Amino acid sequence: MNLMIEKIPELLNATILTIQLTLFSLIVGIFLGLFFAILRLNKNKVVSGFSYYYSFIFRGTPLLVQLFIIYFGLAQLEFIRESFLWTVLKKPFWCAIIAFALNTGAYTAEIFRSGFEKVDKQLIDAAKSLGMSKYNTFYKIILPVGLKRSIPAYGNEMILMLKGTSLASTVTLIDLTGAAKYIISTHFNPVEVFIFTGSIYLFFTFLIHNFIKFIEKKTNYIYKT
Amino acid sequence: MRMLNKTLISFIALFFLLIGNSYSDNIKIGTEGAYPPWNAKDASGKLIGFEVDLAFELCKIMGHSCSIVEQDWDGMIPALQSGKFDAIMAGMSITDERKKKINFSQGYADEVASFAVVKGSKIKPRTVKSINLNEIDSADQKTLDALKKAFEGKIIGVQTGTIHQNFLKSGQIGKVNVWTYKTQDEVNLDLAAGRIDAALAAAVAFEDYNSKAGNVLNLVGPTFSGGTFGSGVGVGIRKNDSQLLNDFNSSIDTARKKGIIKKLAIKHFGFDASM
Amino acid sequence: MELLIFGDKGWGDELFYATLMTISVAITAFLIGFFFAFIFVPVKLSKNKILKFIGNTYTTVFRGVPELLIIYLFFFGGSGAVMYVAKIFGYNEYIEINAFLTGALSIGLISGAYSTEVFRGAILSIGSGQFEGAKSLGLKKITYFIYVILPQVLRLAIPNLGNVWQITLKDTALISVTGLVEIMRQSYIAAGSTRNPLFFYIFAAVIYLILTTFSLKFFNKLERKYNFS
Repeated sequence: MNLMIEKIPELLNATILTIQLTLFSLIVGIFLGLFFAILRLNKNKVVSGFSYYYSFIFRGTPLLVQLFIIYFGLAQLEFIRESFLWTVLKKPFWCAIIAFALNTGAYTAEIFRSGFEKVDKQLIDAAKSLGMSKYNTFYKIILPVGLKRSIPAYGNEMILMLKGTSLASTVTLIDLTGAAKYIISTHFNPVEVFIFTGSIYLFFTFLIHNFIKFIEKKTNYIYKT
Repeated sequence: MRMLNKTLISFIALFFLLIGNSYSDNIKIGTEGAYPPWNAKDASGKLIGFEVDLAFELCKIMGHSCSIVEQDWDGMIPALQSGKFDAIMAGMSITDERKKKINFSQGYADEVASFAVVKGSKIKPRTVKSINLNEIDSADQKTLDALKKAFEGKIIGVQTGTIHQNFLKSGQIGKVNVWTYKTQDEVNLDLAAGRIDAALAAAVAFEDYNSKAGNVLNLVGPTFSGGTFGSGVGVGIRKNDSQLLNDFNSSIDTARKKGIIKKLAIKHFGFDASM
Repeated sequence: MELLIFGDKGWGDELFYATLMTISVAITAFLIGFFFAFIFVPVKLSKNKILKFIGNTYTTVFRGVPELLIIYLFFFGGSGAVMYVAKIFGYNEYIEINAFLTGALSIGLISGAYSTEVFRGAILSIGSGQFEGAKSLGLKKITYFIYVILPQVLRLAIPNLGNVWQITLKDTALISVTGLVEIMRQSYIAAGSTRNPLFFYIFAAVIYLILTTFSLKFFNKLERKYNFS
């Protein structure tokens, strides 16, 4: 265990990177998810189809492939390297954020969509009979109730994203998993490192879990179900 | 209940079948397959390269049957120690650090390290000089200082767990931003894409890439040897395997005398890298 | 397209075999997952506090720690751990744990943690009334479990097992770091060798998409077949 204590400064930096990757991806992802979930409700088949295929592709392929296409794949194209996009795509950190956010966005969109579908028909009928416009029904009834219904499932997605950030270590970033792997491959002590870094991840899982519980409690007063 | 027993038994049988017992007289040699021209993989999935050819020649001399096992670079030494294979031939330089964990045969080939940049980079092309870190004179020091200046704050890519990474981390080249990669292929891709300012590896690794990708890289600065770069490339063997170590040492002697190493080096490197 | 030619010049046949490898390692891992679920569901449902704690630790750790970290643990420590156990039984030779087994076992443990939760949920939703009914009929516990409870549990679990399968299938891409030549690994080699990562990674994505789509269809069919209610 002495070795792990010696490595704490390195692990601290790595932990900060893991937190940054998780938070950035989740924040961008939640907006993407909301955007695509609303698109999905659109009557226009092209618009809702676009949203459907976005989710289909990003949920149907491994995150690692998505990350490699963005990091190694796009860098191969000369017109990308010569465009303004390159200032962003040049940096491994932003490649990781883009891949993670697109991925979690696809899952989040599905979570929100099924949240919207779970809203009681009676509630919507009631809104109609009160003469609420479609627009108002959506933004005042379906959206808030649907989002609230999505909270537990979204909590799971947050944990999946936290775990997903470990893939950043495959594109030169030294996140918690990257640091762990480096220590293992230089000191050959897999079990020790696994227990130490694994506990850090579990601690964050625990935090997310309780955060979601807290949010659920906070939002419960709106619509008791 | 009977069905349950059957499933359980077949499960256990399957488990032992998969674990198996690998002991035999066959020598297993681990290589990476991603460090051309030392070792690589062709489109048919076959392991090729200087060390693959040399391994078979050495085994022929020893009178053993051999098989080549593919292993990622970052797990090379652990895999040797756990017994996945008996020897490493993977462009692995003989260094004091590695000698603490495993034994090395005498060197069979030598490599010099070099920096490379993408063509059009502002970092100046090759100085013809070669620097042996064991015997640095004042002129060498001047070259090193000039490099330090040119690379200050620059991003330099290396393969993880290599002598090249150790050199950059040693501070002999000043404060640089080191990015590490799983394979040399990845380093080359990012160097060519312009994500990193320079890369450090065996000079032949860049020359090989240039020959395949159409001269997109320039080698810059002097070539390096000695010091952190170790003393040649040798066969890595477990500490307690002294018989195998002797066998490899004598077979390398024979191969050298017969000119086999020289012939293979010229075939793969284009020059005589034998030692 | 000539990059995908079958034979020595192209990567078509290699990628085809790699796809078969992905499928077989995914199925093996999924079944290993069932095996662990078979052990840990009763453990988690047990009234014994220690057993319950062990069960919860298993599902929490393997669902809360990144897959990659678990794979590294097995990759760097797998052989060592098995040999350590073997030594206790007096066996001192090297035991080869090949990349296939390392991969299937690490992914299987993760898959098992998810399966355990799925089955546990299904059993809990059946309700205790049925168990009491069985007692009054004088049926043996095991007989009753196999013939009455298990079919119901399986039916209830199918949709969620479909999700576990998808997770397991996609997790196999991470085994590529251990050297097992599945789709991701083969694409990685081809991308490095041909310096054409864009083509090969997109191609890999298409293969995965085909696999996940077909398995989704398969599970939907199963669900319809066994959904009597």
